[in-house]
Amino acid sequence: MTALSVQNLSKTFTMHLRDGIILPVVANVNFELHPGECVVLGGPSGAGKSSILKMVYGNYGVDAGAIVLQHHGEAVDLATADPRTVLTLRRDSIGYVSQFLRTVPRVSALDVVAEPLVIRGVDKAEAQAKARELLARLNLPERLWSLPPATFSGGEQQRVNIARGFITHHSVLLLDEPTASLDAINRAVVVAMIAEKKAAGVALLGIFHDEDVRTQVADRIVDVTAFAPRIAA
Amino acid sequence: MNAVAQYNFAYLDEQTKRMIRRAILKAIAIPGYQVPFSSREMPMPYGWGTGGVQVTASIIGPDDVLKVIDQGADDTTNAVSIRAFFAKVAQVETTTHTADATIIQTRHRIPEKPLGQGQILVYQVPIPEPLRFLEPRETETRKMHALEEYGLMHVKLYEDIARHGRIATTYAYPVKVEGRYVMDPSPTPKFDNPKMHMSAALQLFGAGREHRIYAVPPYTEVVSLDFEDHPFTIQHFEEPCALCGAEQVYLDEVILDDRGGHMYVCSDTDNCEERRSAGHVGTLGMQEAAE
Amino acid sequence: MSQDFSHQDPLLRVEGLTKYYGSRLGCADVSFELWPGEVLAIVGESGSGKTTLLNSLSATLEPTSGKTMYRMRDGQWRNIYDLSEAERRFLFRTDWGFVHQDAAMGLRMGVSAGANVGERLMAVGDRNYGHIRSTALDWLGRVEIAADRIDDQPRSFSGGMRQRLQIARNLVTGPRLVFMDEPTGGLDVSVQARLLDLLRGLVGELGLAAIVVTHDLAVARLLSHRMMVMKDGHVIEAGLTDRVLDDPREPYTQLLVSSILQV
Repeated sequence: MTALSVQNLSKTFTMHLRDGIILPVVANVNFELHPGECVVLGGPSGAGKSSILKMVYGNYGVDAGAIVLQHHGEAVDLATADPRTVLTLRRDSIGYVSQFLRTVPRVSALDVVAEPLVIRGVDKAEAQAKARELLARLNLPERLWSLPPATFSGGEQQRVNIARGFITHHSVLLLDEPTASLDAINRAVVVAMIAEKKAAGVALLGIFHDEDVRTQVADRIVDVTAFAPRIAA
Repeated sequence: MNAVAQYNFAYLDEQTKRMIRRAILKAIAIPGYQVPFSSREMPMPYGWGTGGVQVTASIIGPDDVLKVIDQGADDTTNAVSIRAFFAKVAQVETTTHTADATIIQTRHRIPEKPLGQGQILVYQVPIPEPLRFLEPRETETRKMHALEEYGLMHVKLYEDIARHGRIATTYAYPVKVEGRYVMDPSPTPKFDNPKMHMSAALQLFGAGREHRIYAVPPYTEVVSLDFEDHPFTIQHFEEPCALCGAEQVYLDEVILDDRGGHMYVCSDTDNCEERRSAGHVGTLGMQEAAE
Repeated sequence: MSQDFSHQDPLLRVEGLTKYYGSRLGCADVSFELWPGEVLAIVGESGSGKTTLLNSLSATLEPTSGKTMYRMRDGQWRNIYDLSEAERRFLFRTDWGFVHQDAAMGLRMGVSAGANVGERLMAVGDRNYGHIRSTALDWLGRVEIAADRIDDQPRSFSGGMRQRLQIARNLVTGPRLVFMDEPTGGLDVSVQARLLDLLRGLVGELGLAAIVVTHDLAVARLLSHRMMVMKDGHVIEAGLTDRVLDDPREPYTQLLVSSILQV
């Protein structure tokens, strides 16, 4: 069974503000993701790893190709889905831990983490209990939980972000450099959490620059340079 | 007398009277609805009852008996001069006795003695639009009447309770007529509101400056607006009339000296006089008798 | 932002909405659907037609052509321009809300905060003072206005408080659709943040559908699920809010996005 199938995906940016120059990003991206495995996108900076992740999450549009996701036992093409479907997929089937936390003014760290569960209809107290559990595990000092994360350090914000991404049971989880600003202890916590997700049958797709973490979590590495578009001369 | 002979009967020309009568008929047909009419200049300033006078002039006939009251009294300047006006221009009989009158023009009171069939009560109205204080746009208030959007009226009563703990509006208290139009009963004390309900008399309202006429036909439902938990109540007086001893009537406070001395007397002078001549005596009346 | 996807029927179905002022174009051929629980942002600069569109959608303006079908509470689809004025006004007192940029346009400045919130209840026939007052108190609390301000007139309120009062006044009857015209316009940044957070919470909690006109892309990002970019009366780009903002296609949208000041 396939959790996610990316087929012939290609993407260019047209920069209208720079005389309409066309920046090819990737072409003919093909890979599959199976339940219980963690696939890491490899390649140097600028190869398009982040763009692929964003396309898979529906954050970037695609020029061609398909992104087929299993959603409640049905195959849905996220590349051509309408906004409502994308939002439904994000709520139920695909999660994303971004590199940076987009903070919302005045919302406490605890509520930021609990929100994805609340949206799915989980009781607020229950969602907050789960959020506390995760924040404690990620060693975020308890005095910070009731504060909005806007003033947190990079590492603290990242842990809030990870907790928020891991709190739900999405069948596909996208990870964009989740350990970049973490110390060794917390990196180890995240590695353990990824292992648990895998054991639970979640399919993970990630970008990890940290060599050490990468070798610990990756089942397979997909080399993104293989999808480099042929630059027209 | 020759000088006034130049005027048409009851001062207004017949065309004008016909126009006003049409407005009155329409007002009777749509109880509580403000009918526009082409208000005329009258030989008295606005605010002195030009609307009431035009209505009276349009309905009065040679056989009518006219009574005019001002705040319940037959003997104030306004009441006396309007009575004199019609005695002159229509040569009608005038009276101060409520029971004898066929037409009673009033400024802000309804006589204590229940009115009977065939009597007409003509109110002088300064501001006919009850919604105006909260919604100044006339285009909007007309629409609100048309669509029966009267929530705003309760906003006013809500504000009263919020500020004073009770509905503090004591005069010009809004009523709903025959379950449809909300109407300003002119600045009569709310004490008189229940008298409007199912009255046997025809009630006509004239607003001269505002060019509006409205009416409550005999035996029409007139309900004062209120809240379930703050029901409408009328004023209650602690003591009876000092002159005639009447209770359950509307009383005016009269200051007697500069040392705080005061008394409460009937606002309806005719009713008071009638009672006294029938032998009723109040506390001060007894003192007078003793002196 | 929670969204109830279980509703299969949209709430609003807009078809080819066009408005001309004489020969001048207000907005042209706008079509979209809006579902319960969904927040749609309409962005664009002054004169792009977004306010014309909002006023047409809310039946404040009669469009030159096109339809706006609304699913009434009884499940019936009605073109809002075919409703009688009485029906339209009733809709506006019950099922719809309109939050104006200038709070003075949406409030009665001469009556107390409590009465401002209670008016819609009284308009639909609530005749119990105690109930009206306790509901007003509850709503003032939800928009973070202290209970002891209930008898004060909005004249004495700050801009942010007035805006929050306006929101409470609109939401008290549990509307299903709320129109907002630059709801945070003209407010201090810190006040804006508080209002946005409040709106975001209420919209999610109540499952409201909302159409928000704004020129502020941060407002669109925070509040909306979907957005439409307008220019010269036309919708030039539409889609998922984060996709339009992070991967804009049209030259004008790219210009708009690149013009945001970064802090």
